[in-house]
Amino acid sequence: MSPEGLSKPEYQVPQEMQNQVALTTLDRLYNWSRKNSVWPMMFGLACCAIEMIAAAASRYDLARFGMEVMRPSPRQSDVMLVSGTVTKKMIPQIVRLYNQMPEPKYVIAMGACATSGGPFKEGYNVVAGVDKFIPVDVYIPGCPPTPQALLHGLMTLQKKIEGQSLKEVSWYQKGPGEPIPVPVLGPDLIDMRKAAVIRENSQPVADA
Amino acid sequence: MTEATLVNPLETLVEHFPSGWVKKDDRPGYSGFIVEREHLLDFARAMRDDFGFDYLSMVTASDYLAEGIFDVVYYAYKTIGGPALVFKVQVPREDAVVPSLVALYPGADFQERELWDLMGIRFEGHPDLRRILMWEGFEGHPLRKDWKEPFYEEDVKPFKSRWPEGKPIHADDRNPFNDNVQYPTGFDPERWVPEAETLLYSGLQQTAHYEEFKTDELIVNMGPQHPSTHGVFRMVVSLQGEKIVDLKPVMGYLHRNHEKIGERNTFLQNMPFTDRLDYTTSMSNNFAYALAVEKLMGLQVPERAEYIRVIMAELTRIMNHFFATGFLLNDLGVYFTASLYAIEERELILDIFEEVSGSRMMCNYFRFGGVVRDVSDEVLKKIHNLIYDRIPRKLDQFDAYLTNNEILRTRCEGVGVLTADQAIALSTAGPILRASGVPYDVRRADPYSIYDRLDFDVVTGIHGDIYDRYLVRVGEIKESIKIIKQLLRDIPGGPILAGKPAYQVRVPAGESYGRVEGPKGELGFYIVSSGKPNPERYHVRAPTFINLTSLAPMSRGEKVADVVVILGAIDIVLGEVDR
Repeated sequence: MSPEGLSKPEYQVPQEMQNQVALTTLDRLYNWSRKNSVWPMMFGLACCAIEMIAAAASRYDLARFGMEVMRPSPRQSDVMLVSGTVTKKMIPQIVRLYNQMPEPKYVIAMGACATSGGPFKEGYNVVAGVDKFIPVDVYIPGCPPTPQALLHGLMTLQKKIEGQSLKEVSWYQKGPGEPIPVPVLGPDLIDMRKAAVIRENSQPVADA
Repeated sequence: MTEATLVNPLETLVEHFPSGWVKKDDRPGYSGFIVEREHLLDFARAMRDDFGFDYLSMVTASDYLAEGIFDVVYYAYKTIGGPALVFKVQVPREDAVVPSLVALYPGADFQERELWDLMGIRFEGHPDLRRILMWEGFEGHPLRKDWKEPFYEEDVKPFKSRWPEGKPIHADDRNPFNDNVQYPTGFDPERWVPEAETLLYSGLQQTAHYEEFKTDELIVNMGPQHPSTHGVFRMVVSLQGEKIVDLKPVMGYLHRNHEKIGERNTFLQNMPFTDRLDYTTSMSNNFAYALAVEKLMGLQVPERAEYIRVIMAELTRIMNHFFATGFLLNDLGVYFTASLYAIEERELILDIFEEVSGSRMMCNYFRFGGVVRDVSDEVLKKIHNLIYDRIPRKLDQFDAYLTNNEILRTRCEGVGVLTADQAIALSTAGPILRASGVPYDVRRADPYSIYDRLDFDVVTGIHGDIYDRYLVRVGEIKESIKIIKQLLRDIPGGPILAGKPAYQVRVPAGESYGRVEGPKGELGFYIVSSGKPNPERYHVRAPTFINLTSLAPMSRGEKVADVVVILGAIDIVLGEVDR
């Protein structure tokens, strides 16, 4: 559904009441309040976190968007800014934090590393993009992205929120959402969802 | 100290020991001494006690696959200044055991653990030899030359698939798991039992229980996701009430394999990677790396480039100390307000960096033999305004609000104390070492670039507590201002780069160690070149990584709320700690 359809009530206010009554849709009201108080999780991984701090400071001022309330606890936050290189040692914690966030929750992959591994992709301890494990809503390019780019990414997220309808959002559907299985640190990182593939591919090659 | 050591420092060192113990390292391009491993402890003790090399700055190793040996390399200095004593131990790859120096130099603790983790060299007698950057249970020792990462393509860059035709295959598609992973043959993920970190927890000190209160010891994990650990750092703390009995730092959550990638890169390709080490002070990192490579190449840097380099390095120091002070207050519980004041000035300095290099944080500004772009007169004017007007005013503001602030003093004075002897033994560097009263500053002790011509003081503290560290940082901002004033007055014209800009530099075979006094301490790069376009070994002596050795001794006996401040006063940056 397009954002316009969500935001326009299909009912005309009669001529005599136009100055007294204003109509809107529940979706619009709901999304308007949600998008203007997106609380990020206070959670910095690497270089991008410094630009995130700069974006929160006086010159760029995240508070203009209702996003200055950085919460150290995942239980109180709406968006997780994955700001930096995701390593294999850290990814179990990131998945756990994501699972602990209440719905609605969003993820922004800030910078090249969180998006794809970036300059460190070939490293043996680097996860090639946080989207291998958790769903990402907005990707912000840059190494590191400037605070302006981060603001643009957050505004893109606001647009995405505007386009969501109460009827369709996952967190009002029946039944609880499935948590993402936490990866395990083995001889290398083990994604439990891929356990069968790993076992199959690790079998000793039969002698020819 | 005997008389002989005063007269002949290192010339006759070999004769000082029984024959066969020590010999000169006479490989071309190498320096220092090779010590037999059986006699390493005796040699090191003599060096420390008789020759006065009280400061073991760096321990690293390099893997010579063709010769089948590991070189374990030690760089020791005197805290009264002077050149390095380099000594090495050569061990065969299949029997990589070296006596640990932790008993003599406690500062070697984390560095030896790192070598065990990444190189697989076992240090005999180390009190706590666990993996430090990777996790227990990880397969292999990644920095060994014959260990290959899952996305391995070729030994060195530029990869043939990218150059010259340019037909890369996506790294994920080359891997059987479509991901950056590899497993030993026959591995079954369902049968794997993850390591429960028993060694980590059992290594914590225990105290006798206080019978009258019936209290139990409580183990608390702070981090890796914690608002006050300055990134992804973890402390395992055992508490008796609010008092800290013991603390163990756990790191590696941002281990980005800097050194492995650096050994695949060409020399110049490493320059932008150094930016991402300590990502708040990229100019200083560039500086140290450029120095190390220039030493090998024997390059002379033009005068104007030297001036520009030092201006940028000192601006970085100002910026870093503002940031550190702001966040120290953040840790003290002032929340973000104080940091906002500190970040204001930082933004203005970042503007200058953006103007000269094109990027705010990741400057990638230095080149071997100079800098990449010249600095315009407008930029110099901007720096002039900052140095003469804006920053001194901010410092006055700091002084007025903070220096005699009762709360700040009560929280900081006498907390996290490190005596001078401890600070030297633990190989701490930078403001921590100087706050303990040791006037050791690489800019003075072993001058590089044009620092020998500049007039500045080495700021020291007396008490070695957090308050003195704060004072040292503020004092260093003042000294940096003094330095930049002299540079702005005298900066000459002329070229900014020796020779033509080149993508591939010719680096002769040999080893070199370039170090600068970075804002956080001695930052050094150890490079071994084999004459090829890529470094054979590329090691970073990260100041904050080694400074963290002092965290546990400083924290024992303090309250848990103070640990946050003690950590804040070390001023760690995880990009550099974990590399």
